[in-house]
Order: sequence, then C-alpha cells, then structure tokens
Amino acid sequence: MSQVNRPLSPHLGVYKWQISNTLSILHRLTGVALSIGALALLAWVVGAALGPQAYESVRSVLAGPLGMFILLGFSASFFYHLANGIRHLFWDAGYGFDREFARLSGWFTVVAAAAVTALFWVLVVSGGAG
Amino acid sequence: MSLESPLGKFLGHGSARHGTEHWWAQRVTSVALLPLTLWFVFALLGMNDFTHASVVGWMGSPVNSILLALLLIAVLYHSQLGLQVVVEDYVHTGWLKVSMLVGLQLAHVAFGVAGLYSIILISISGGMTV
Repeated sequence: MSQVNRPLSPHLGVYKWQISNTLSILHRLTGVALSIGALALLAWVVGAALGPQAYESVRSVLAGPLGMFILLGFSASFFYHLANGIRHLFWDAGYGFDREFARLSGWFTVVAAAAVTALFWVLVVSGGAG
Repeated sequence: MSLESPLGKFLGHGSARHGTEHWWAQRVTSVALLPLTLWFVFALLGMNDFTHASVVGWMGSPVNSILLALLLIAVLYHSQLGLQVVVEDYVHTGWLKVSMLVGLQLAHVAFGVAGLYSIILISISGGMTV
C-alpha cells in the first residue's frame, strides 16, 4: 500500500470546541472506556463460574477503593453513552437537527447523565449493596 | 504483470452495495442494549448482596442466564464495531492498523466464548466447585 501524506480525517485540532463536537468525542471516549470496562463484567461472570475463591478475588478488587473509583467512572460513562446514544438514534431517524435544539438536547444529555449517575449511586449506597 | 484481473481490481474498489452493514449493525445492537443494560442496572440495584452464593443463584436462573448472555453478546458486538472504527480513524500505519483490527476481532470472540461458557456452566451446575 502506498502512503500518501495528505491530511487524514478526523482533523481534531482544527475545530473550535463547542457543545456539539465536545459531546461527539466524549461519546467516542466513553465508548472506548465502556469497552475496557466490559472486561470487569466479563471478569465478574467468569469469576463466578470458576468458583468462590476466584469470585472473591474479583469481588474484592471491584469493591476496593480503586475498583469503586473505576466503577464510578464506568457508570458515569455508561449513563452518558446511553443518553447521548438515544440522541444519536433520534438523529438517525431524522429528528433533532435544528441547531438550537441540538445544542439543547446536548446539554440535556449531560445533565441527565450526571443526574442518573448520582441517583444510581445514592440507591447503591442507601441499598447497602457492596 | 499482476495476478489480479482487471475485473478483480475494479470489484475491489470501495464498498459498493455493502456500505451500510457496519452502520446498521451498530444501530441494531444499540437498540438491543437499551432494554438489556437497563435490565442489568435494575438487577444490580435489586441485589441484596454480592456474595458468590447469591450471585451464582441470580445468574443461574433461566431468565437471568438468557438475558445476561444476550447482554454480553450485544455489548461485545457493539464494542467490536465501535473500537474497529476508532482504530480505522486514528491508526494510519498499515501493519499496526491491520494487527489491531485482527486482534480486536479475535479478542472479542474469545471474550464472548469465555463469558457464554461461564453462564452456561453456572446455569447447568452452579459453576465449578473446586
């Protein structure tokens, strides 16, 4: 394959940061984070199948300070990716392209993701699960 | 002198008639993930504790086994499609790009098989007892 030195998209450095492109790249970043985080889900399932000892080592890592920090980031990434993913599905269906509305739905996505993440952890802590 | 025929060269150009499959699969898995991930979030919130016995008991019920398997398949498929695009967009060194794409596909399939086997093992025999 011959390498041609023409600029390749996406040109991340040439855009002014605003809500639209910030949320777009955040969708991608949280997607990558969720892919890595899916390994925790896999470790949880495989650990459970391997027996009590293996499961306990997975559980103790996830329930420890570093594990909880990762799970917090994972849950925030998940709720953001979920909310913005719904926004994307509306675009795919042909709705929500008006510029002002797209800005509004963007901010709504951020606020909703933050609120649901907070609510989730309030429920986890008050439910005593851990 | 090339072993490639003119027709083969021509047919190898571009993604004619096949351009939408990746995009479409990404959307279908995202729609599947809406109910599956929400089910999982509520299931986690509903758990009394995360001991091995209760988690294996929860995973082993027929409905939970099936939904967890579907969740895992949808997550890994969606993850494969997403990470593939990230590599295609940002990795421009030929051999590295191809290695990463192959590695991603193999890893996703391997993780999927490990997860599904674990779920089946748990639902049939409660996992390994050793």
